[in-house]
Amino acid sequence: MSANEKLLDVQHVTVEFHIGGLLAGTLLTAVNDVSFSLESDKPEIFTLAGESGSGKTTLSRLLLRDLEPTRGKVLFEGRDVSTIRKRAEFIEFMKQVQPVFQNPFDTFSPLRRVDAYLFDTVKNFRMASNRRDAARVVDNALRNVGLSLDEVKQRYPHELSGGQIQRVSVARALISEPKLILADEPVSMVDASLRMEIVNLFKKLRDEQGVSVLYITHDLATAYYISDRIGIMLRGYVVESGPVEDVLERPAHPYTQLLKESVPEPAPEKRESWAKHIELGTTEVKEYGRIGCKFAGRCPQVMDICREADPPDIQVGRQTVKCYLYAEHVETPQAGAQP
Amino acid sequence: MTLLSVQNLHAYYRTEAYGISRTVRAVDGVSFDLFPNEIYGVAGESSCGKTTLIKVISGSIKHPLKAFEGSVNYNFGDYKVDMLQISQSELRRNVRWKRISYVMQGSMSVLNPVRKVIKTFEDIVDTHEHITDKNEFLQRTRTHVNRLGLPTDVLNAYPHQLSGGMRQRVAIALATVFQPALIIADEPTTALDVVVQRGVLHMIKDIQAKSNNTVLLVTHDMAVHANVADRVMIMYAGRIAEEAPTESIFNAPLHPYTQHLINSLPVIGEKSTKASLKGSPPNLADPPSGCRFHPRCPYVMDECRTVAPDLISVKERHRVACHLVKEGSQ
Repeated sequence: MSANEKLLDVQHVTVEFHIGGLLAGTLLTAVNDVSFSLESDKPEIFTLAGESGSGKTTLSRLLLRDLEPTRGKVLFEGRDVSTIRKRAEFIEFMKQVQPVFQNPFDTFSPLRRVDAYLFDTVKNFRMASNRRDAARVVDNALRNVGLSLDEVKQRYPHELSGGQIQRVSVARALISEPKLILADEPVSMVDASLRMEIVNLFKKLRDEQGVSVLYITHDLATAYYISDRIGIMLRGYVVESGPVEDVLERPAHPYTQLLKESVPEPAPEKRESWAKHIELGTTEVKEYGRIGCKFAGRCPQVMDICREADPPDIQVGRQTVKCYLYAEHVETPQAGAQP
Repeated sequence: MTLLSVQNLHAYYRTEAYGISRTVRAVDGVSFDLFPNEIYGVAGESSCGKTTLIKVISGSIKHPLKAFEGSVNYNFGDYKVDMLQISQSELRRNVRWKRISYVMQGSMSVLNPVRKVIKTFEDIVDTHEHITDKNEFLQRTRTHVNRLGLPTDVLNAYPHQLSGGMRQRVAIALATVFQPALIIADEPTTALDVVVQRGVLHMIKDIQAKSNNTVLLVTHDMAVHANVADRVMIMYAGRIAEEAPTESIFNAPLHPYTQHLINSLPVIGEKSTKASLKGSPPNLADPPSGCRFHPRCPYVMDECRTVAPDLISVKERHRVACHLVKEGSQ
């Protein structure tokens, strides 16, 4: 691996699903020409945010090699993941890329003790040669998340709180010493008082263990809190991406502006702006099938061209925006924000 | 005038199997009033007793849940009812859906997936007020749906054809057909995205403003309460920790738990490190002694470990249960 190789490089990936009958079905493009990358020399937290049905989870399945892209490539450390065929190579790949799932109570079987999963993972990745070594590896991983083997030993999932079990889930992912953790909505099922514990844990992993995290969420507030860069997804497209401060403090795309405005703020005196009337889409399939910008039906600044062809990626400051508003004369985002 | 008065309510889940009895004290000494024309928020993490409280006040008490002590009294003006004494048939005929209705979290499980939305309306209206004139019913339903800002098309759609937000709004439209005095909304937007959540909550606020009824909004999301509720109650482990108008809860929280809930919320534009609470939520089958928050409280004192604090009024409409706060003080 050379020095300038990316850790993860997603190049123009498209995923299409065939829905409906064998002959009469239609194509649904769940992920449409998405590109982004994570650097290998600098660990970072990259967030993919968007509403349900925006293609976030399809993208994460793609990266876990659960799906093959219809077009495009996913490179991990310079290697196209779809060329991984042999079991040994796949294990090597999984060692580097580990998932953390949404609901920790679904991740673990209620009839099995949670430490059994940890020892299984050690065995699958051959991280230890005997039981005592294995216990040491497991204990190490648990200590990284603020637990210890003694606390978890012989425990069933229901005996642990939501926050604890989600931390066990992260510890399991850490056993193989991965370079990348894929966390798909890891805090949405965790209680409010414990949520920050998990979120802070990802920060700690990045800073102390050098693990990059791909954080998939619909919660912009936690995304802002932990991530370095963010990509906003809408109906399969990444409509805006860039450093999280730029994207969320000065959103350029009208959809990001709407998203940011809609996040309720825990400040009763700011009610007014949140209470402004908004349009909602009636059905989801309509937006997927739309030609041109998928947001055209709801966009306050829609132009004729938006309904004709896909907008190109345009660089605005440090952000990349998929919107015609910035096409010819590059406006400042502030000017564009006025409807 | 109060719409609902709950006094010292104790509702426990008691199970007995093989001679071992287990009691889960889900609601343990809760008193509060609801007034007409307000949005009352209830916040708290999962398993703090929010849902049990709703079950009791909506009259859905089923074994193993039982109300052991206290009273739940409604005053609908022309009609008064004691929820703990009411018969099932009376409840169905006069209270449920006509005076108290319920909006649940998963709208998909409310709407029948194999029937058009209009048929679900028909079922509900027919159960409560026999439909005699079908045209009049259709006309009335269309007017109702339009008044709430939904297109008439939704009535002829199947639930799966609608987006999640639209389904939830249809569920709200269903809950308001009879203009109930109290709408209970249990986590109505938890599964939805921020934009859709905003639309759904706007609709709830709108309905409340138009018909001047009462909405009991239950959600663990404090930011939602900040934007929607008039008063907020914070529950912790089956008890009320604090209750106050929304502005006071957010600008001058008194209970350490409330302070934590508000301070730990991430906000866009601010990157300072937010701490999480130590420890885990209490087990209600074996709750901690004294103040139930004491094992996790940063300001714990000896008194907290043995004596449970009373819920005291510190000023008008602001009540808090904490030894740190003394009566009448600020």
